[in-house]
Amino acid sequence: MRHTISVLVENRPGVLARCAGLFARRGFNIESLAVSTTEDPTVSRMTIVVAGPEWVLEQIQKQLYKLMEVIKVFDHTGDPVVSRELALIKVRAQAQDRAEIMQVASIFRANIVDVAGETLTIEVTGSEEKITALENLLGKQRIVEMVRTGKVVLVRGAKQT
Amino acid sequence: MRMTGAQALLESFKREGVEVIFGFPGGAVLPIFDALYYEKSIRHILVRHEQGAAHAADGYARATGKVGVCLATSGPGATNLVTGLATAHMDSIPIVAITGQVPTASIGRDSFQEADITGITMPITKHSYLVKEVRELPRVVKEAFYIASTGRRGPVLVDIPRDVSQAEVEFEYPDKVELRGYKPASKGHPLMVKRAAELISAAERPVILAGGGVVAADGASELARLAELVDAPVTCTLMGKGVFPDRHRLSLGMPGMHGTAYANYALHGADVIIAVGTRLDDRVTGKLTAFAPNAKFIHIDIDPAEIGKSIQPTVPIVGDVKQVLAALLKRLEKQDHAPWLEVIEDWKRRHPLSYKGDGLKPQMVIEQLHHITRGDAIIATEVGQNQMWAAQFYPCQRPRQFLSSGGLGTMGYGFPAAIGAQIGCPDAVVWDIAGDGSIQMNIQELATAMANKLPVKVAILNNCCLGMPRQWQEFFFGKRYSGVDLAPGMPDFVKLAEAYGAVGIRVDKDQEVLPALRQAMKLRDRPCLIDFRINPGENVMPIIPAGGSVEQMMID
Repeated sequence: MRHTISVLVENRPGVLARCAGLFARRGFNIESLAVSTTEDPTVSRMTIVVAGPEWVLEQIQKQLYKLMEVIKVFDHTGDPVVSRELALIKVRAQAQDRAEIMQVASIFRANIVDVAGETLTIEVTGSEEKITALENLLGKQRIVEMVRTGKVVLVRGAKQT
Repeated sequence: MRMTGAQALLESFKREGVEVIFGFPGGAVLPIFDALYYEKSIRHILVRHEQGAAHAADGYARATGKVGVCLATSGPGATNLVTGLATAHMDSIPIVAITGQVPTASIGRDSFQEADITGITMPITKHSYLVKEVRELPRVVKEAFYIASTGRRGPVLVDIPRDVSQAEVEFEYPDKVELRGYKPASKGHPLMVKRAAELISAAERPVILAGGGVVAADGASELARLAELVDAPVTCTLMGKGVFPDRHRLSLGMPGMHGTAYANYALHGADVIIAVGTRLDDRVTGKLTAFAPNAKFIHIDIDPAEIGKSIQPTVPIVGDVKQVLAALLKRLEKQDHAPWLEVIEDWKRRHPLSYKGDGLKPQMVIEQLHHITRGDAIIATEVGQNQMWAAQFYPCQRPRQFLSSGGLGTMGYGFPAAIGAQIGCPDAVVWDIAGDGSIQMNIQELATAMANKLPVKVAILNNCCLGMPRQWQEFFFGKRYSGVDLAPGMPDFVKLAEAYGAVGIRVDKDQEVLPALRQAMKLRDRPCLIDFRINPGENVMPIIPAGGSVEQMMID
């Protein structure tokens, strides 16, 4: 089972290293991790997608709370959330392919952010599923390289996390 | 008042009530040692290896309940603390370790005696700091002591670059600590306490399993009242030894791999187990799926991460053990479990701890030691067979009497820990029970003991081998004794002790034991090593093999 958790941490050097070290030595399987500052400059937010059974998630939360810099841990399983990710995808594109690729990009409301003789780079934001769908549609043969940011999440409505 | 960072460090220590530091100098900490030169109210104990400083701070903390402090220089000095920090971390012991660091501008450039000690110790400390600005130093020290000594205790490292300890600062000590990410539990949830009381009241075969957390919480008297009110037998883990008197009629001794048969039978047959201040580690439980199969658990611990980690309790209670037990006591009535206790007495009669055969017996040596110290000495141990025999055959009556590396199992821990305990408890009689392998790991601390006139006494249970691995090789590896022979190169411990100016005694026969112990007890101003040449093939029994359960227990 995959879980998405948000972790609010002190914005100080070394915090990311501590969290990463914790996950490594406890054998937690991290699929993606995104981190940056928040509306409060002393606080950073980490959004982590982790795979594992329920009891693993409970241990992750409890072990995170043992770190001094961790302020709050939210498990978003079951919460109504807005979840987004950004990807940059560089595809092989000769002149004759460009139109087709631009059409696909347009369907996905993605942008072409780079054009060269042999390649095109597409920027797409959206849910994990949308990005994966675009990736699959473009296909392994066309994709030269790609990078994803990892998921970020905010809970819908007035509730603050 | 304006002062250097080093002076601010010592001033902060004084505010925290520090009286002793165990340390070893080096370039990066020279400013601190310079400040110590003038410092009258803090005593510095110069060790002979930084590992000795870490273990001494640990032994000091275990024996006194205060935070132990050790000091080492950068690079190799700091890395020499690693084993000691890991030892304290595994057993949740409050120590603050100060390490020097290269100047801030030199960090990350592979400078002379530079080591990323905060990186290296991240997994084995409760928290750590690298102090980059001298004005942070007082706040960092205050936080370090607070973190080490509250919640689940543990080691905290403070890394101080040399230029920071030389820089000047206007000293200001904060009133309080503000850590929004750290709020240790105190009271247990009242509903959970109520459920626990209900479960206990309905129990027919209750057992109390008490660990090191009860020692940390100072919960011995609440534990005793609980046991007597509920009329429940009590088994204490190695870390909890002494928190319930070993000689009490309700005491079952130690459980687990080398615990008493009756403690393991009791846990196996219990219908309710009150696990308090223990993390239920594998030495106690054996195979988890076969552990206490008939019991419902009440698990009381200050660390929420421990609850549900090994076993799933029926009633989880996160909180300070002393407060939770007090709340629980208010909800309980006097009970009587005579039939269950009778079953246990029968087990005790049929399978007591025992030993047999000829030769000088280590178990007998420890019994004699217990007799001559009236069961009241502080006993530090090394690791292995010596440790297990000490746990089995030296009954303790109070907490903070038995100092043993349980979680990490660090050979070489006992002697420096005994030194730390003697410094913390100058009027106490302090013994280290050691093996011939372990004692050689920090033997250099004989110099520390001599220099400070510490009458620490070491009982070396010498079987000329690494006893515990040898026993395993006998039982589980077809007697293929590999890498356990310490006879070649065995020093003459009497001469070794005398080389340091200490007293050394050799014992080969039964009748020499008591006179040797008496002679050691008379010494008040220097350490003593007694080389007890014990029966080499002696085994620790009972034993539940690793990954086994009470069904696989071998009693003799």
